[in-house]
Amino acid sequence: MRVLVAMSGGVDSSVAAGLLVAEGHDVVGVTLKLWGGESDTGCCSVSDTQDARRVADLLGVQHHVFNFGDAFSEQVIGPYIDGHAAGLTPNPCVACNHHIKFDKLMIRAAALGFDAVATGHHVRLAAVDGSYRVRRGVDMAKDQSYVLYMLNQGQLARLLFPIGHLTKAEVRQHAQALGLRNAAKPDSQDVCFIANRQGGRKGFLTRHLGESPGVVVDADGTVLSRVASVQAVTIGQRRGLNLGGSAEPRYVTDIDLANSKVTVGCKEDLYTQTQPVEHIVWADMAVAGPVEVQVSAHGIPTVATVDTAHSTLCWQEPQRRVAPGQAVAFYQGDLVVGGAVASGAVDASLKG
Amino acid sequence: MLELPTEVAYLDNAASTPLCPEAAEAMVPMQRQIYANPTGAHRMARDTRRRIDDARDVMAEALGCEPDEVVFTAGGTESDNLAILGHHSHLAGSFPLAASFSQAGSFSQASSQPVGIVCSAIEHPAVLEPVQRLGGQVVGVTAEGVVDMDHLAEIMEAAESQADGQATGHVDEHAGRHAGDSAAANSLGSAGIGLVSVMLANNETGMVQPVAQVAEVVRRANPQAVLHSDAVQALPWLDVATLAADMDLVSVSAHKFGGPKGVGALVVRKDVGVAPLLLGGGQERGLRSGTHNVAGIVGMAAAAEMVLKTRVQQVLRVGRLRDKLVDGLIATVPGTVETAKRAGKVAGSAHLCFEGVESEALLFLLEDAGVYASAASSCSSGAQDPSHVLAAMGYSRELAGGSLRLSLGYETTEADIDTALAAIPVAVAQLREYSDA
Repeated sequence: MRVLVAMSGGVDSSVAAGLLVAEGHDVVGVTLKLWGGESDTGCCSVSDTQDARRVADLLGVQHHVFNFGDAFSEQVIGPYIDGHAAGLTPNPCVACNHHIKFDKLMIRAAALGFDAVATGHHVRLAAVDGSYRVRRGVDMAKDQSYVLYMLNQGQLARLLFPIGHLTKAEVRQHAQALGLRNAAKPDSQDVCFIANRQGGRKGFLTRHLGESPGVVVDADGTVLSRVASVQAVTIGQRRGLNLGGSAEPRYVTDIDLANSKVTVGCKEDLYTQTQPVEHIVWADMAVAGPVEVQVSAHGIPTVATVDTAHSTLCWQEPQRRVAPGQAVAFYQGDLVVGGAVASGAVDASLKG
Repeated sequence: MLELPTEVAYLDNAASTPLCPEAAEAMVPMQRQIYANPTGAHRMARDTRRRIDDARDVMAEALGCEPDEVVFTAGGTESDNLAILGHHSHLAGSFPLAASFSQAGSFSQASSQPVGIVCSAIEHPAVLEPVQRLGGQVVGVTAEGVVDMDHLAEIMEAAESQADGQATGHVDEHAGRHAGDSAAANSLGSAGIGLVSVMLANNETGMVQPVAQVAEVVRRANPQAVLHSDAVQALPWLDVATLAADMDLVSVSAHKFGGPKGVGALVVRKDVGVAPLLLGGGQERGLRSGTHNVAGIVGMAAAAEMVLKTRVQQVLRVGRLRDKLVDGLIATVPGTVETAKRAGKVAGSAHLCFEGVESEALLFLLEDAGVYASAASSCSSGAQDPSHVLAAMGYSRELAGGSLRLSLGYETTEADIDTALAAIPVAVAQLREYSDA
């Protein structure tokens, strides 16, 4: 098969390329230039591109760089900033997978005559009754299936995840065996376009949205403290609220951007029986019965049914509210069956 | 090891050219036989120095200057930087590095009143970056990619009238143009535009710039202004000696005309002040310290000699091949836009935009088909960046995103053109099939 491997310069995608070469595929590597600015996580910095190039050289495969910077600003960074301005907590990695890696890149790969695209994500590909599913990676600590819930049958049919059956330790062993220079390179952790040196997420949002100072109040409306930027606050957050020490931890339960007001309450106030969602997608057919729902990258899945007609998750047991904008992924066992984006408003007919 | 396809149509000569046989041959003895440091005191050193002086004579002829006005550098970028930063710091009376690069990457200027600097919007980054870091102004270009003379005149006049308003004392007629006259130079602080840089031929579109007219407009406003021209793309195709005769500073780079990489030259006319970027042994009239790249300099001169001998015939031959290529593509590929008028371009340059196509994808398919070309400029990561040249010409980002530069050279053959004519229509059609979907 002629395979285009997305190579970030990290160890996972490098080993993915190496395994495909070993299997005898006709492999070409590509590094996406997504972000021209400064970043210290550096997923698309020049030095990471250089790492990818040197790995490709070692493997004897051609390496290209595609500049998807315009699309990335438009479809990932822009919505990330706009989302925060609207009081949401968007997941930029999900947006990047959705619009860049598994849309724009796959379209280009097809146009260039490739049979498949491969990435170094820690997930496996499974076939269920002739239908494809993303399956959790073997290494649960590294599993990335949550950020890939949006893949459809058309995409899955042309995707390869060569390292999903390996633990991270095994990936590094393979890298060493292949003589890859980046075998011991640390994993990237944070959002690639946000530099920790420049105040991290808070600093990034402040630079783009300005300060939006506000007050922190309790359920009775008593002002408890002040925050520098309401837009940087997330539902469920408990740190950085300038509340001082308190016997009982308090959590953000509501964000009122229009009135620059953050409401805090106790843990119980965060819990809800239903969770409104939008943009529901399914890997294949919609699942009517219970699914396990994961609401963060490494959260514990909890059982719910998806009420598609009312765009709502109905939890079996009350669960903490999910910050609007966050992705929720639906599983059956270790198979991804779909997902959605948490929204703010509860369907009126379900309130009660 | 990676292997190159055996049959390759190399159409990226504006990026770099193959070393011509004359240069390759001339460089050989400089590595193992005549290798002494030219500043040495013995016979081999003198022999080396003679080779450099011979090379200087050839370059002077090619560039239309006196031999002692040729400064050998490490290439086009250094020549451009030496011209802009070097002349600026001469006027400002400071060593360039005294004005240090701040953490944010901007040039923190030591002198309170910066000297006015202007360049065109389509300059190579080696000119654009230094000019912008020094707070200079940028002159726009027409839709045809030629420097906008009205805009230039506007900038010059605005600067002069501002300078007149600020002038508190008499400014010496030749202030700023004389090397070492830094006291007078300092008083020039408010004397309008001191340095104007316009390239002789653009590296993307190939458009030849009217530098003689530029000189006229600039000197009408300020007779003391110094003019620089980046002639890096021009030398293989144009009579630089004549066309750049009005320029005070002229940059060239050897590997664009059959010479080796890593060597270039800057013409610095005798009455033009330039402060060095590198300090040390004082080579090249003190303007470029560091042991000479002897083999490189000798190779560059051999290439320049070859160019002087064959340029007239090559311009005719390559120009015909270029016309065949462009006419053929326009005839066979619908939605092809030729950027700017061909009559205004250097003979080796073909520059096109294909509607509904992304250059990156096109270059990928062309490489598979054995055609090596380029789009706009490549960034250090190797990604294709949007063209600042096409943006300045008013092209939409979409159309500019489908640009293709096919640059021919002295070794380009009819077979190369036929390969490209066969490959490009197929590749464009394949990509459009997917972009329509």
